[in-house]
Amino acid sequence: MERKTLTCICCPIGCTIEAELEGNHVLSVRGNSCPRGEKYAKSELSNPVRTLTSTVGLTGSATGAAVAPVRSAREIPKGKMLDCMKELSRVSVAAPVHIGDIALKNAAGTGVDIVITRDMQ
Amino acid sequence: MKQYDIAIIGAGPAGLAAAAAAYDAGAKNIIIIEREDAPGGILNQCIHAGFGLHTFNEELTGPEYAARFIARVKERGIDMLLSTMVLSIARDKTITAMNRTQGVFTIQPKAVVLCMGCRERSRGALNIPGFRPAGIYSAGTAQKLVNIMGYMPGREVVILGSGDIGLIMARRMTLEGAHVKLVAELMPYSGGLKRNIVQCLDDFDIPLMLSHTVVDIHGRERVEGVTIAEVGADLKPIAGTEEYYPCDTLLLSCGLIPENELSRGMGVGIHPVTGGPMVNESLETDIEGVFSAGNALHVHDLVDYVSEEAAAAGRNAAQFALAGNANEVCTQRICIELSGGIRYAVPSAIAPDRIQSSLTIRMRVGSVMKNKRLNVIINGEKIISRPRPVMAPGEMEQVVIMKDMLDKYAKVESILITTEDM
Repeated sequence: MERKTLTCICCPIGCTIEAELEGNHVLSVRGNSCPRGEKYAKSELSNPVRTLTSTVGLTGSATGAAVAPVRSAREIPKGKMLDCMKELSRVSVAAPVHIGDIALKNAAGTGVDIVITRDMQ
Repeated sequence: MKQYDIAIIGAGPAGLAAAAAAYDAGAKNIIIIEREDAPGGILNQCIHAGFGLHTFNEELTGPEYAARFIARVKERGIDMLLSTMVLSIARDKTITAMNRTQGVFTIQPKAVVLCMGCRERSRGALNIPGFRPAGIYSAGTAQKLVNIMGYMPGREVVILGSGDIGLIMARRMTLEGAHVKLVAELMPYSGGLKRNIVQCLDDFDIPLMLSHTVVDIHGRERVEGVTIAEVGADLKPIAGTEEYYPCDTLLLSCGLIPENELSRGMGVGIHPVTGGPMVNESLETDIEGVFSAGNALHVHDLVDYVSEEAAAAGRNAAQFALAGNANEVCTQRICIELSGGIRYAVPSAIAPDRIQSSLTIRMRVGSVMKNKRLNVIINGEKIISRPRPVMAPGEMEQVVIMKDMLDKYAKVESILITTEDM
């Protein structure tokens, strides 16, 4: 059995939650002051996910912009963020680009695409 | 000289929302003036997610949130002057502006909405000793370099101030390969959102040193390191706690200040606490027909509230412009009184008979307070009492007073907003 401490992000109170877990299975949660804390701790400890945002190179822009902003189309496993960044560092797209255009398919084997977040000429 | 119903200064989230709402309220002849070459304001460099949860019920990035409001402005065919700098606004609302194609020119609107946003507190305002080497940036400048221009400002980074932009940049620089050594915060609490502390610092094992500050910057040509010291309850450095951290970059995230050179220039009264114009229930300044919203009025933490506030300012500006100058003269004006640790409220004074359906009052507390109630007291009678388990300076509070609550009183003598123990 393992013990982990985390800060709840559901509201400004920021409860310190102590959890006991067996592998990825959460056995007990303590310190939360509402049910949202328990839900947060369980998902955060069993499968932490994040939306990744970054930029990719942009070529041929009429405005001279050198980069275009991107995001993961869905949340990706937290541990995969740096792997995705490594792949993104080699990605470049040609202007014009539009919100939702795919900049990188299946980033770092997550099954999630990285998409453009700004219309750029 | 061109005539307009409304001129809006700034095409950030406030200006865009004000323009669309003013148009929908009947003012069709609107101009937005923006100094950058694209609309969207600071949202364009805020490429992280977390915008629009209240407005759209989904998590958008800054550019995506801006795009929705840019679309609203374009659908309505509202004029936008980009790459145009407003030089001054006269008290009679004559706007002098300049750009590369038209040179210097003037615009005569019936109403003005001031949506210039805010600026970051600079090193000069922080009084940190040391030389002036390269490598010291405000967090927002670093954000622009990385996210818009594609440059990395440095490799070994120390961040002073735990405002949200500083936290966001700690993550952004780390993802781009920099080593962020620590975030130092003068106060015993962070000025940023909990979520940002967890997802921007804890995720990457970046330490947050509360009650610490930078007391010296080393290096003549380029930053070579900083000295960090603990501060006492008086916020003064404690001798003997100094520690040296080598680094090549120092980012400053030490607060935002509403940008109001234009407002001051035209004689608008500025609130001593917010740094923004003093406004009434209509978000109108002390010059009739001149309104303000967004971070130029007071610094917000969520863009959703900027949009909401600016839409209200836009509607009120439309009403003023369409009614000519025959706005009904208010009979009575009351200052909103504050106590119990509330630092400021916007609006600061209101005319109760001019409130249309409801009045939203936005405010901030001066320190972290637990287990309180936030109360609104009219003529000595408690009409709203909301439990607030935690209030913090970094999180804006708001109360909505409905018109029928006010209509119960033959005459509103006083409005007090205060806190009490739960």
